[in-house]
Amino acid sequence: MNIEIKNGRVIDPKHGVDQHHTSLFVAEGTVIGMGATPAGFVADQTIDATGCVVCPGLIDLGARLNSIEAELAAAVAGGVTSVVVPPDADPPLDEPELADRLVHRGDEIGKARVLPLGALTLGLKGERLAELAGLKKAGCVAFSQANKPVVDTEALLRAMEYAATFDFAVWLQPQDYWLSRNGIAHEGEVASRLGLAGIPVAAETIAIGTIIQLVRITGCRVHLTRISSAAGMQLVHRAQHDGLPITCDVGVHHLLLTENDIGYFNPHARFCPPLRAQEDRQALSDSVAAGWAAICSDHTPVGADDKLLPFGEAKPGATGLEVLLPLTLKWAEAAQVDLPTALARITAMPARVLGSSAGSLAVGTNADICVFDPAATWQLAPEALKSRGKNSPWQGYMMSGQVRATLVGGRMVYQAQQ
Amino acid sequence: MHNPQLNKHGELAHLLSIEGLPKAILNQILDTAESFMEVSAREVKKVPLLRGKSVFNLFFENSTRTRTTFEIAAKRLSADVINLDINKSSTAKGETLLDTIDNLCAMHANLFVVRHASSGAPYLIAEHLQRTGRDDIHVVNAGDGRHAHPTQGLLDMYTIRHYKKDFTQLRVAIVGDILHSRVARSDIHALTTLGVPEVRAIGPETLLPKYMDKLGVHVFHDMNEGLKDCDVIIMLRLQNERMNGALLPSAGEYFRHYGLTPQKLALAKPDAIVMHPGPMNRGVEIHSAVADGAQAVILPQVTFGIAVRMAVMSIVAGN
Amino acid sequence: MSPLPNPLPDAEAQCRQLADLIRRQLSKNPALVGIYSGGAWIAERLKDLLGLTEEVGLIDVSFYRDDFSEKGLHPQCRPTVIPFDVEGRHIILVDDVLYTGRTTRAAINELFDYGRPAAVELAVLADRGGRELPVAATYGIWDVTLDDGQSLVLERKDDAQLAWRLEHA
Repeated sequence: MNIEIKNGRVIDPKHGVDQHHTSLFVAEGTVIGMGATPAGFVADQTIDATGCVVCPGLIDLGARLNSIEAELAAAVAGGVTSVVVPPDADPPLDEPELADRLVHRGDEIGKARVLPLGALTLGLKGERLAELAGLKKAGCVAFSQANKPVVDTEALLRAMEYAATFDFAVWLQPQDYWLSRNGIAHEGEVASRLGLAGIPVAAETIAIGTIIQLVRITGCRVHLTRISSAAGMQLVHRAQHDGLPITCDVGVHHLLLTENDIGYFNPHARFCPPLRAQEDRQALSDSVAAGWAAICSDHTPVGADDKLLPFGEAKPGATGLEVLLPLTLKWAEAAQVDLPTALARITAMPARVLGSSAGSLAVGTNADICVFDPAATWQLAPEALKSRGKNSPWQGYMMSGQVRATLVGGRMVYQAQQ
Repeated sequence: MHNPQLNKHGELAHLLSIEGLPKAILNQILDTAESFMEVSAREVKKVPLLRGKSVFNLFFENSTRTRTTFEIAAKRLSADVINLDINKSSTAKGETLLDTIDNLCAMHANLFVVRHASSGAPYLIAEHLQRTGRDDIHVVNAGDGRHAHPTQGLLDMYTIRHYKKDFTQLRVAIVGDILHSRVARSDIHALTTLGVPEVRAIGPETLLPKYMDKLGVHVFHDMNEGLKDCDVIIMLRLQNERMNGALLPSAGEYFRHYGLTPQKLALAKPDAIVMHPGPMNRGVEIHSAVADGAQAVILPQVTFGIAVRMAVMSIVAGN
Repeated sequence: MSPLPNPLPDAEAQCRQLADLIRRQLSKNPALVGIYSGGAWIAERLKDLLGLTEEVGLIDVSFYRDDFSEKGLHPQCRPTVIPFDVEGRHIILVDDVLYTGRTTRAAINELFDYGRPAAVELAVLADRGGRELPVAATYGIWDVTLDDGQSLVLERKDDAQLAWRLEHA
C-alpha cells in the first residue's frame, strides 16, 4: 500500500529535518521519500496533513498495559507507535513464556509495537535472577525491576554483572527501599504541612550513587527511569559526563507538576516517585531541554476505586499514553523549547536509549509515523480517552495538540474522526 | 483553589483543618463556645438546636476519649448520636470508605464526625458529598493521620484565650513529637492565624517535621532554651511505639531531655500555663508534679473541649 | 393598632411608662430577664428605674430558635446569663418589639432549662401584631402597625440613650 502524507510540516529531529508544506511517501511499510514524488509512485491513499506536523511515531519508555487491547488503542490514538512495558504486570514478566505471550498478543492486536522489559529478578523480589537470556529471546528489550528496588545490594551487583555478560541493558528506577518504603509524598514543605509521610530526595540520590558505583564495577549499561529530583539529575549527568553508559528519562508529569499540586490531598497528584519541589521540576525541565533525559508517559491506568481513597491509600500514577504528546507540547511552550527539540525527547532520544533505528523518518526506516495538529484543542474527559485509565490530574483541562493519524509499519492504525 | 471547608457564602460548612480558615471564623467558634460553656453549667445541660438531626461518629481509628467528647457535645445539642466503630464492621467486608458514607447518607445522616488513620480522609468525604450534591450533610474532622485535629486545636485556643486573653503578646512552645502530631499542626495554624507572634517547636530532630520555618515556627532542640520566657507550654503525647527504636533510644532518655519537670517549667514565665491533649504519659513527657501542679490546665481543657465541639457542630450544621 | 407616627416615639419615655406598669407588681419580687439585645438594654433601664438591686438576667435565644434549619446559627451569639435561681421565681421577660411571638417562645423554653419559675410575664415597648403563636404581652406601651418590609429596631446611642429606628428590607 502506497501512502502519501501531503502538505504537512515534516519534522525528523534525528536528522534535523523541519520542512513545511511538504509530502512524505510510504511504500511497503517503509519511508521511501520526502518532498518530490518518487519516480513511479502512485498513492493508494492520501492523507491531507495541511496545518499538521508529520513526525516519527512516539516511543514511550514506560507504559503499563493492564488491559492490553484498550491501552494499545490508546497508544496509537496518542501517536505512540512503540511502547516499552515494565515488568510489574500481574503476574510479573519473569518467565520467557509470559514475554512471548505478551509480544504475540501485541502483534495480534496490531496497533503499537510492544517492547517488554523482562523482570530482572524472579517475581521482582530482588533475590533470584530471572532467565534473562530466555526472556531476551522471547522479545524483551532490556531488564528491569519497574519501581520495586533491589534491597540487597549484592543481588543488584550480581544481576548487573550477569546482564553485562550478555550486554543486556538494565533499567532501574532509583529509589532507596528503606528511605521510601513508608513515604507517600516528597519530603518537603507540603508533606510537612499536610502530615504526609515523606520520601526524601536522598532516597533517589543514594540509589543513583549505588547504581553508578555498580556500573563502574560491572560496565553494565543502565537506563535510569523516572528521575524526579534536581540532585538526582545532577548525579546522572555527571556520570554521563564521565563516560559511563547511563541514560535516563523523566515522567512527563514531573516536568509540569510539583508537590503543590497535591492541593487538598488530590489523589491524582500521587506519583511514584513523588512530585517534588518547584526547584526540582525546574531542574528536570532544564535537563530535558538540554538533552540529558528523554520524556516518557509512565502510563499507569488505575481504576476509579483505587483513586477514590485518602491520598496515602490511593494508587500512584496517571494515565499517560494519550497525553504524552499534548503534555510534551505544553512543557515545550512553557520551557520555550522549539518543537523539533521537544519531539526529539519522545522520538529519537528514546530510540537511542533502546538502541533502535526507530524514531526517525529516514528513507528506508519503518514507517512509524504520527500526524498531529499542534493547534487543535480537546478537553481531557473520561469519554475522550481510549485508555481504561481515566486517572489524571488534568481531568477537565484543555489539551493542545491532537493526533490526526498514526501509522505503524506503513499501516494506518489510527485515524481521527473528522 | 476552592477551599472545600467553606460553602458558597464563605461560611463554614465542614471543619476539616484550621489551615485556610480566616481569623473571623476562628473567633466566631470561640465566641460561640463561650455561650455553650454556660449551657454546660445549667440544671438542664441541653439545648434543642440539633433536635431531630443525626450525628454519626465514624471512628476508623480507635479513640474512646475523643469519641466520648463528641458524643456528649452532640447529645447536649439534642442530636441523635450513632457511634460506628468501622474497624470492626464494613471495611473488614471490603466496603470502601465512600460506600460507607453513601450508606449512612441513605440513613439520613446530617453530620459526620470522622476519625481516620489516613491524612486527608475527611477531605475525600467532604468532596464526595459536594460532588454528589449533598450540601446539607456536614463533616467534622476528629483527627486524620498526622494531618489535623482541628477541634483539639480550637479547644487549645479557647484555653489560651481563657487564661491569657490576648493572643498578640504571647510566646507559645509546643514540645515533643511534632512530626507525628495532628494536634501540633492544628495548633500551629491556629496560633499563627490568631496573631501569636512567636510559636516554638521543641524536640529532637527525629520528631520534628522538615521545613518548620515555612509554617512560621522557630525550632529549638534544647528544652532549657526553648521554654525560656514562654507564656504557654503545649506538651504532646509520645506514642508508645516511638519510645524505643530508630527515633528515640528510650523513654528515660526522652524524659531527661524533653520531659517537663518543675525545674524546666521554672524557666518559663511564672504565670505560664501547661497544656496537654491527653492522655498523658506521666514520667515520659511530663512529670507528675507538673501535671498535677497549679500551672496545669489540662482538665479545664477537657471541659472547654465539649463547648468547643458543640460550637463547631452547631455552626457547621446550620450552614 | 395605630399607624406609624412621625417622628417615632421617645423610647426612654416608653421605658419610664413600662416601669410604672411593673412597679405595681413589685410585691411579687419579680426578676427581670432581658432578651438580647434590645430587651437586655430595656431590662437594665427598668432595673435602675425600679431601684432593684438584683442583677437582671440576659437571654440569647440563638440555641432555641425554630429557624435554625433555614438560617443556621446566628454568627454572633452571646452567653445567656441568669444570675439568680429560676426555681419558684416570678419572672418578667423583657423584649423591645413583640411580633410573631417566636422569640418569646424560645426564651420561655430556655428559661425552663434553668428551673421551674412560679410565673412568667412579658413586658415589651412595642407590639406590632402579626402573631404566629398564642403569645400576648402582659405589659405593653405602644401598639403599632408596620408594612411587611419594615422593621423597628431599638438602638443604644453613644450616650447610652435608647431610641427607635425604622428599617426597610
